[in-house]
Amino acid sequence: MPKDHGIGASPKRREDLRFLTGNGNYTDDINLYGQTYVHFLRSDVAHGRLNKVDTAAAAAMPGVVRIFTGADFAGVGGLPCGWQVTDKHGQPMQEPGHPVLAQGKVRHVGDPIAAIVAETYEQARDAAEAIVLDIEELPAVIDMKAAVKDGAPKVHDELTSNLCYDWGFVEENKAAVDEAFKSAAHVTTLELVNNRLVANPMEPRVAVGDYNRSTDESTLYTTSQNPHVIRLLMGAFVLGIPEHKLRVVAPDVGGGFGTKIFHYAEEAFCTFAARQLKRPVKWTSTRSEAFMSDAHGRDHVTKIELALDKDNNFTALRTETYANMGAYLSTFAPSVPTWLHGTLMAGNYRTPLIYVNVKAVFTNTVPVDAYRGAGRPEATYQLERVIDKAARELGVDPIKLRRQNFITQFPYATPVAVEYDTGDYVATMDKLEQIADLSGFAARRKASEAKGKLRGLGVNCYIEACGIAPSNLVGQLGARAGLYESATVRVNATGSISVMTGSHSHGQGHETAFPQVIAEMLGIDESMIEIVHGDTAKGPMGMGTYGSRSLAVGGSAMVRATEKIINKAKKIAAHLMEASDADIEVKDGKFHVAGTDKSVAWGDVTLAAYVPHNYPLEDIEPGLEETAFYDPSNFTYPSGAYCCEVEVDPDTGRVTIERFSAADDFGNIINPMIVSGQVHGGIGQGIGQALLEGCVYDDNGQLLTGSYMDYAMPRASDVPFYTVDHSCVTPCTHNPLGVKGCGEAGAIGSPPAVVNAVIDALHSAGKTHVTHIDMPLSPNRVWAAMNA
Amino acid sequence: MYNFEFVRPTTIADAVAALGHEGAQALGGGQTLLPTMKQRLASPEKLVSLTGIAEMQGVCISDDGHLCIGGATPHAVVAREAAKHYPALAGLASHIGDPAVRNRGTIGGSLANNDPSACYPSAALGSGAVIVTNTRRIAADDYFQGMFTTALQDGEIITEVRFPVPEKASYQKFEQPASRFALVGVFVAKYADGVRVAVTGASEEGVFRWSEAEAALSKSFTADALNGLTVPADGMIGDLHGSKEYRAHLVGVMTKRAVAAAA
Ligand SMILES: Cc1cc2nc3c(=O)[nH]c(=O)nc-3n(C[C@H](O)[C@H](O)[C@H](O)COP(=O)(O)OP(=O)(O)OC[C@H]3O[C@@H](n4cnc5c(N)ncnc54)[C@H](O)[C@@H]3O)c2cc1C
Repeated sequence: MPKDHGIGASPKRREDLRFLTGNGNYTDDINLYGQTYVHFLRSDVAHGRLNKVDTAAAAAMPGVVRIFTGADFAGVGGLPCGWQVTDKHGQPMQEPGHPVLAQGKVRHVGDPIAAIVAETYEQARDAAEAIVLDIEELPAVIDMKAAVKDGAPKVHDELTSNLCYDWGFVEENKAAVDEAFKSAAHVTTLELVNNRLVANPMEPRVAVGDYNRSTDESTLYTTSQNPHVIRLLMGAFVLGIPEHKLRVVAPDVGGGFGTKIFHYAEEAFCTFAARQLKRPVKWTSTRSEAFMSDAHGRDHVTKIELALDKDNNFTALRTETYANMGAYLSTFAPSVPTWLHGTLMAGNYRTPLIYVNVKAVFTNTVPVDAYRGAGRPEATYQLERVIDKAARELGVDPIKLRRQNFITQFPYATPVAVEYDTGDYVATMDKLEQIADLSGFAARRKASEAKGKLRGLGVNCYIEACGIAPSNLVGQLGARAGLYESATVRVNATGSISVMTGSHSHGQGHETAFPQVIAEMLGIDESMIEIVHGDTAKGPMGMGTYGSRSLAVGGSAMVRATEKIINKAKKIAAHLMEASDADIEVKDGKFHVAGTDKSVAWGDVTLAAYVPHNYPLEDIEPGLEETAFYDPSNFTYPSGAYCCEVEVDPDTGRVTIERFSAADDFGNIINPMIVSGQVHGGIGQGIGQALLEGCVYDDNGQLLTGSYMDYAMPRASDVPFYTVDHSCVTPCTHNPLGVKGCGEAGAIGSPPAVVNAVIDALHSAGKTHVTHIDMPLSPNRVWAAMNA
Repeated sequence: MYNFEFVRPTTIADAVAALGHEGAQALGGGQTLLPTMKQRLASPEKLVSLTGIAEMQGVCISDDGHLCIGGATPHAVVAREAAKHYPALAGLASHIGDPAVRNRGTIGGSLANNDPSACYPSAALGSGAVIVTNTRRIAADDYFQGMFTTALQDGEIITEVRFPVPEKASYQKFEQPASRFALVGVFVAKYADGVRVAVTGASEEGVFRWSEAEAALSKSFTADALNGLTVPADGMIGDLHGSKEYRAHLVGVMTKRAVAAAA
């Protein structure tokens, strides 16, 4: 029987009552007394010299409080980049400034030029139309390969070129890799594009800045996945406000998908302007603004080559990737195509020699940074596509080729600098073959063909590195932050518990899943435990939620703090029962003296801690509250095998997903329902990337997909009912819960399966000239490929 | 959005009078006009809502057997109430946008706007409908005059649309993946005196009749009758979602499917 509480149970998500009934408290729900509204006047050209911003007429418009331009930020820091990559020559990346409001030049459509603060939002917009701009338009650089050619216009005049860095990994292996290619029995080459995406969380970004002149305290309410990180970046590097005078609150957040990790200009502006004006300043992004100011994702152009020996063993892998940084370096942008991508190129396979080259390029487009999976989907996609192509070229079964090359011994040190602690790729593939009913495929293909449709089946594996991760390691790799997590477990006098976690929930369900862990440890009811997050005034310094790290890192911190609570509570219980604390056991919400029928209830112990009349005051302090910071010793490595079946309409090229199965190994599972939900959502986004989504600029840097009229989001009718399984469990060996993380897997593991399936469908109809189609596989693209 | 005045008259005469003012504009369901105003791309001084005019609402059959739809009737009402008289038309209405769009958006607004990717224009042209305004009756063949352009004069409002009911008909819409408007939509209607084929979404000239297909289908109302017929790619819309060649190809595919579905 499934458990009904604690670890492994699937209680309904307690946060959903407020989310589904419209009672969430989102940033836009926050309205402060005396609030003003800001509208950002944004560049409508991709690249231009900003000769003059004349605000005189606008400043006189009704309701205008003040208009700010780049000049007002002359003495203020720019937006910092949180990761420094060192190039293949040992030189640091080129790191341009990133002003809050444009100074001297505009560098992408959407770059903010002026901020109009007014009594109402409409007045601010009216005034924006009265600002006179003198912008001398410059040629835009959009295409990455053109951007790094000699003589290309420079996005940043002060840099030597548009090349941010040219990264080689592992540079020392390059010669050996090249040698292995020379002696390979077969080489498969594939050039592909990992399409640029716009995250499109349901809630657009919002920021409300507030300033209390009597205490000199600033507060920023913002749509963030990591309020402490914003406090550090904005306080220390942009505005110079020390932590004790700066509070950052990220209340309910309606989806992040990575794009709400970063510190944005609008947050710094609202905080800054509130101090200047001594009034709250609010900004709510429109959806159109989101398209041109939220950091975008992916946008890699890659050539990958796989070398095999005569027995079809992988002998070497070589890649060259152009990664778009956009016009500025967003907070974690440099890390995505490098340490979150190159380190995953081994995938699930024993490829002894790997060399990854990444050229990060500045272009006149919106900055690009982490989006669900961040680097790992890009790695998985190219690897799993090239393996599929190799299988076709060699005439071998793509599953067999994968199985033959699986890593089977753990721990496994890859040639790309990471060590997988556990995994069982054979088990997940076996599970997949079963749940996807591979043996029934031939019959399903016949049935599709009888309807005039082509049917294809695609499989892929994935590995990801989650729970990002050891601070000392990421520090060596260029991170300018630690990546631990914190938790304070505050036990109240009557036994209820508040957990202040540094993890942030923006849809993941922490408020439900985290209490399950503590309930299990103490044997008390989950309803006694409340999760508090998203406010720097409430919890200890925390690093926030991304990289599927909340449970693996934040949950581990919570476990550590709870262990401290248990240790102390045992001492109190021992005192109350006049026993030795070594003999105390915790079970079902009681403290027992081992081997006796003596026990004392949890609530009696907690009450004693706060009403210490009968209490070992000479040994321990009153109260019951503990904090732990947890810094993991390694990443976690979830893995799995995915299968997609598609139908292709040969007349129109339209692809429909008929079946989708996912067998994942996430280590131990706390709440299976939530895990399934995360996988469903991730696959939905992966299908979105594979079939629908794609952010497109024209040659002049105009955003052609600036609204839902042209940017295709996946909808319920675009996805099938999924079959997901997470019963294959190899627990993580280095965190106390044995958990690995599940938030990104679906988005990482699904795009190659979809594309592999479409290629398979076309081949079934003799269209063997089609070896690849770039995502999104729109009907037009599939039709054009078939008829090329 | 800029400030504007708002009136909601209850008679056609009052609406026409209100629209006589400089800067006044008719408002149907607002599904096109309001987003445009929010983006500050339109700035009417006065909106004259047509949704309070009883005689512009609803679906009925006239004495001469036409299906008559009030100019301010929402798509959802057409989907429901035209279903038994003219299923192809009701089906078209039921696949416009989402429930919110269908409950607000009106047939008059759609035809007045004449978006090159909209569905209704193909039904009106494909049925040889009559667009009834406050001043005259306009044959569909004279009404559509290119993308976003119609025979309507300033201040003229569509009060009713009269559809001759065909023997057989079908609308086949191939959705643009993002907007779900028609990338190509084909409306085929078979009448006693011949077949009409109207194509939306495809042409730079807006909705058009495919006369070669009409001639072939008037001889034999079968998908095979269309074999070998193509529309030229030249003059088709080419954009992110479909090249000119792809749209031209889809016109053939969707027409065949419409005939197969209707036959
Ligand atoms: C999300 C979304 C999806 C959509 N999907 C589709 C789709 O798949 N297929 C499709 O065909 N359409 C689609 N539409 C458009 C929808 O059908 C609109 O209803 C239609 O385009 C306009 O109708 P309206 O009544 O809302 O007109 P409004 O927006 O009110 O007005 C549009 C224009 O028509 C004028 N006007 C309005 N009524 C009259 C009248 N009676 N006489 C004269 N002029 C008038 C107005 O002055 C204005 O210029 C979609 C719209 C949205 C928002």
